[in-house]
Amino acid sequence: MGNANSLRQQRLISDILVNGGLFLLCFIWTVPTFGVFVSSFRTRDDISQTGWWTIFTNPATITTLNLENYNNVLTGKEYVYKSPSGDERREKGPNLSQSFMNSLTVVIPATVIPILIAAFAAYGFAWMRFPGRKMFFVMVVALLVVPLQIALIPVLRDYTKLGLNGTFLAIWLAHTGFGLPLATYLLFNYISQLPRDIIESAFIDGASHFTIFIRLILPLSTPALASFAIFQFLWVWNDLLVALVFLGSKPDVSVLQQQLQNLVGTKGQDWHLLTAGAFITMFVPLVVFFSLQRYFVRGLLAGSVKG
Amino acid sequence: MVHGSEKEQPHGPLEWIMANGGRFAISLFVPIVTFVVMWQVFIWLRDSHASKPIIAIVAIIWGVGGVALLFVVSNWVVEQLPMKWMKVLQPYVFVGPALAILAWYLAIPTVRSLILSFYDASGINFIGLDNYVFAFTDKAMLESFRNNILWMVVGTSLSVIFGLLIAVLADRSKFETIAKSLIFLPMAISFVGAGVIWRFVYFYKPPGQEQIGLLNAIVTAFGGQPLGWLTIRPWNNFLLIIILIWLQTGFAMVLLSAALKGVPGELMEAARIDGATEIQIFFWIIIPCIQGTIVTVSTTILIATLKIFDIVFVMTNGLYGTEVMASQQYKQMFKFQHFGRGSAVAIILLIAVIPVMIYNLKQFRQREA
Repeated sequence: MGNANSLRQQRLISDILVNGGLFLLCFIWTVPTFGVFVSSFRTRDDISQTGWWTIFTNPATITTLNLENYNNVLTGKEYVYKSPSGDERREKGPNLSQSFMNSLTVVIPATVIPILIAAFAAYGFAWMRFPGRKMFFVMVVALLVVPLQIALIPVLRDYTKLGLNGTFLAIWLAHTGFGLPLATYLLFNYISQLPRDIIESAFIDGASHFTIFIRLILPLSTPALASFAIFQFLWVWNDLLVALVFLGSKPDVSVLQQQLQNLVGTKGQDWHLLTAGAFITMFVPLVVFFSLQRYFVRGLLAGSVKG
Repeated sequence: MVHGSEKEQPHGPLEWIMANGGRFAISLFVPIVTFVVMWQVFIWLRDSHASKPIIAIVAIIWGVGGVALLFVVSNWVVEQLPMKWMKVLQPYVFVGPALAILAWYLAIPTVRSLILSFYDASGINFIGLDNYVFAFTDKAMLESFRNNILWMVVGTSLSVIFGLLIAVLADRSKFETIAKSLIFLPMAISFVGAGVIWRFVYFYKPPGQEQIGLLNAIVTAFGGQPLGWLTIRPWNNFLLIIILIWLQTGFAMVLLSAALKGVPGELMEAARIDGATEIQIFFWIIIPCIQGTIVTVSTTILIATLKIFDIVFVMTNGLYGTEVMASQQYKQMFKFQHFGRGSAVAIILLIAVIPVMIYNLKQFRQREA
């Protein structure tokens, strides 16, 4: 009896330790994001004068929360502020909606194109025999960890010669090139494990490689395609370096990350713009991430190191 | 081995030339034609004055459709050929475009960067190893090496340790799913977004004013003086590394957590019966069981920290002694327009990952055999 009791007690203590520790870590991990999230709804003056935790220490201030900052960064209209001393200030919002569109224009093809090209290649490596097959695949594996920095200068020079700098095509192809080794490798691992019987019986029925690939392999590989799609989507959406190098700083093509980085540089003290801007750039990846987390984790477990 | 085998390769010199010429043409010619057509349309799109959303939609359809069309057309062409030729050429319809892009964007640039790294700023005059001498003697470069090592050692080890700690705790908790989701969430946030979040934590206002940055608010609440955290050398590097740890721990946790689930329960049960403490079990059973995953996770984060750029670029732009190799490379490229030095830094980055590359290739060979 006493033994069982002390066992239960021990259980309880370890439960408290485990959950307490876990709670503490989760709390530390979440607070920075939460602070910015709360701030993005506070007024310009509130953010710059009091900490975001004021909404807890002084709950009455909750009523001042509003969407003005989001309105401001999305529309690019001119706004008039009254500072505490009474004088008025005019300020132009940064118009993130244009770069939101640019980000979408970059990210959709930069995700679809590498998947398409890599899926064809993965099928070719897995189910076709040709001279150089092994050598080329070894090249793919070797390129997995090559840092993309190696390509920036040579490709930039090519783009300058071709007049491609600052076009969407330039950045799609760049992201395609940098994502291809991992895409090919992940999809090869998956496609080469598909049951041989299915593919052989399709051949006996007279299907060509192309038909088998489109009708059979692509639908069967949906999980692998989805997990790579999420990876590539997050990389491209969150990328700053490749966009800086190949898109340049022209406002009509610049993507969200560049705009946000500009805001930090030029308006580093204007927290009402930064906080709302940060959440606008996070919105899409967070939605994608949470709705497709299952595939993402599966992709992670399949092994992924990107150069 | 389903269709067409190595034995069916063409014989005779003429056929050999035709086969390899055909392979080459399919691998390169078709992608190049596609590229040229796409390129011209883009130049046209860029210079046109249609409204923005229309250009965007046309661009997306054109880009994605163009690539799909490339495969359909080149496959159709190959299928019109006699059976023998089709078998020889068709694999290149499938792998050709991938190989062409990999060659253009990664394989050949490696060689080109190597060559450029022996030339001066303009890329015209050969200057031998001068750029490397610069890289290993310049004060800013040496500082960036030191910082990179700091990032790699501190960033990687703490990400893995926190990831493992959280994975172990979550494994024993009822709140596993929600806890893991919260830790994992920063993975969806960009370095720039994370930069904004942490700038707000480290924000500094002169003493006397109410602090709106979390860290200084805590410091002043305990009666301390507020500090401009990001300007304090060399500790500001650690504050930047914390951002990386915050982002990467989720990644480490997911992989390590999956590995933990694979540790045989009977083994731990047996150890418990033999009177082992939980800590002994952790170090003598769990760690050896998940060693492989720990190595994989560490290597991945190590490579990420080696190439770290965005955090530094957004937070300090390399000021106050926080320069790293990738930000140095960017500066050499765009600020100083010195392509030779920029390439030399890229080559040094490449040399640093060669051991991982060799390891990957060994693993791959083993699995193939």
